[in-house]
Amino acid sequence: MRRLLFQGLVRSPLTERLPVPDDPELAALSRKLDAAAKRRLGRSLSIRAIDAGSCNGCELEINALSNAFYDLERFGLKFVASPRHADVLFVTGPVTKNMREALGRTYRATPDPKWVVAVGDCAIDGGLFAESYAVIGGVAEVIPVDLIIRGCPPRPRDLLNGLLALMEQPRRAASSP
Amino acid sequence: MKMASLIEIIANGAKVGDQRPWPRFAVDAVQWQEIAEGFRDGAFVLSGLWGEADAVHMALLDGASGEMAVATLPCPSGHFPSIGSIHPPAIRPERAIHDLFGHVPDGALDLRPWLDHGCWGVRHPLGVRLPAEGGSPYAFLPTEGEGLHRIAVGPVHAGIIEPGHFRFTANGEAIVRLEERFGYAHKGVESLMHGLPLDRAAKLAGRVSGDSTVAYALTFSRAAEAALGIDAPPRAHWLRALMAELERLANHLGDIGAICNDGGFALMLAHCAILRERILRASDAGFGHRLMRDAIVAGGVTTDLDPQRIFKLRQLLTELNRGFPQLVELYDNTASLQDRTVGSGRLDPALARQFGAGGFIGRASGRDFDARRKFAYPPYDQLAFDVPVRDDGDVNARVWIRIKEVEQSLALIEQILNDLPGGAVRVDLVPRAGEGVALVEGFRGDILVWLQLGDDARVRRCHLRDPSWFQWPLLEAAIEGNIVADFPLCNKSFNCSYSGSDL
Repeated sequence: MRRLLFQGLVRSPLTERLPVPDDPELAALSRKLDAAAKRRLGRSLSIRAIDAGSCNGCELEINALSNAFYDLERFGLKFVASPRHADVLFVTGPVTKNMREALGRTYRATPDPKWVVAVGDCAIDGGLFAESYAVIGGVAEVIPVDLIIRGCPPRPRDLLNGLLALMEQPRRAASSP
Repeated sequence: MKMASLIEIIANGAKVGDQRPWPRFAVDAVQWQEIAEGFRDGAFVLSGLWGEADAVHMALLDGASGEMAVATLPCPSGHFPSIGSIHPPAIRPERAIHDLFGHVPDGALDLRPWLDHGCWGVRHPLGVRLPAEGGSPYAFLPTEGEGLHRIAVGPVHAGIIEPGHFRFTANGEAIVRLEERFGYAHKGVESLMHGLPLDRAAKLAGRVSGDSTVAYALTFSRAAEAALGIDAPPRAHWLRALMAELERLANHLGDIGAICNDGGFALMLAHCAILRERILRASDAGFGHRLMRDAIVAGGVTTDLDPQRIFKLRQLLTELNRGFPQLVELYDNTASLQDRTVGSGRLDPALARQFGAGGFIGRASGRDFDARRKFAYPPYDQLAFDVPVRDDGDVNARVWIRIKEVEQSLALIEQILNDLPGGAVRVDLVPRAGEGVALVEGFRGDILVWLQLGDDARVRRCHLRDPSWFQWPLLEAAIEGNIVADFPLCNKSFNCSYSGSDL
């Protein structure tokens, strides 16, 4: 372990430094996100992920946001374990009928102000599962959605970009399903 | 008494259809029960149990001879003899058959709904549809005793994971009983499959369980090719195996990191997540998608490798071969971490055998089975690899099986890149009716797909059996006597799929 920790001291960080020379988009993102997050919530935004019936693909990429390359927390964004601690709900999956109640309860347990992000193609309109007897469809059919992020699954960078878009949007009045 | 072989029992039944590569036989209720006794006595392994509007089917694996077959029991009356009452691994599949088709397993010990939570607006959606009844509360199994308390967890969990409910009964810190309650991710995949053309059906198959998208698309495509009586070109087989091994690597690394993190050792997660990200980026560079979705189709693969892409994959191998041994050493030399993993969540080898548990769960508890070796589908018949097996069955054993499998996958990828044959990567399909079955080793274990195609090669019926069907129930057994705080650790070491088994 000592050797690994020592390497960590002498090697340059993997975290993609910003601005990234080959990606002006992400560089711009980090600067804007920083300013917006400061303005909104004192540089802190808590995200709660809810799987409303996804295939688990979106969860893999949401988890990737926390690895050393993306290091979500440097933007002041972090995942929390309870909706009661959250500002943002990241909802994945076509909403299954069996998850409708749990999703509604999670939404109601989240304090205002709150934002809902529908993550992935299925969360937008039910995707390939839209026609099923067991599926309601997109997240917006159950709770109000502020932002959609496309992809099957969205790449971690798309998720970061989406979070920026959310921060740039004017605050919406709180509402209940 | 000598057990009759699989073929001896079901050869008395009439061979039906033209199922490839393994036969399908019609059996009567007596033979159906004889087979169940074969499961109970350990002569065969139940590899799948599923329904159809007027029949029930099961897939059997004869462990000794390596034979595989499907047995079909017509049940026009809507009743069939319960297998689950003799052989517990069949209980959940029977509950699912009852929910989806309405067929009643006579003599079943447990007929509580499994997938149907009373929310669909319809009962028996794949059989004779009935209007939904008012939902009644789910009756969890009773637990009685002084000082027992219950803890309800889920379906929304604290981590970024799939939905499911766990009902713990604990005595102080010790878990006395865990009962799983799933179905939250049920999306009606089998009904959606009906009538789909093959290209769309392969996409849907690739979305049954997102972390196994390659393995599912591969299993489905192999079943479709068997049904159509065609074979993919050699280069396609090799590219498919390359993707399957990359998927295995990425998932195993994610798991090893996450298990250690649940043991309070975040350093390992941080380092494993770096290697995992490198694999996803190389997969993206090689096949155009980080998870390699929709790259495998019936007839071959949709994308080919050029020298530049191969170079990127070789770079990945170099990085992993350099970085991974350091992490193995870290795991091996961190006593405080092993204090959590050694002895926790021990799965009895007898249970692993009884349930036919696939993947690292079975192989960490003495079940020496790997579909890549047992059925040696191409190109594994031309590749050299070992199948690691242990019998200590605890969290530590499941970590070590994954570590050894990472090493094997790295060696396999190197062989594939060295010997990749040339030629086409896809053949044209000629639409025809047919019936096919395929078993493929995903990272989590063996995936079974059974497929019937109509004349226009559209899906008539498709069943996709996730390995988790025969792994989830074992978590209930393995957790008994552990402390509640070790559940995340044990659960992660199993890493079963919710979406895959909820379908």
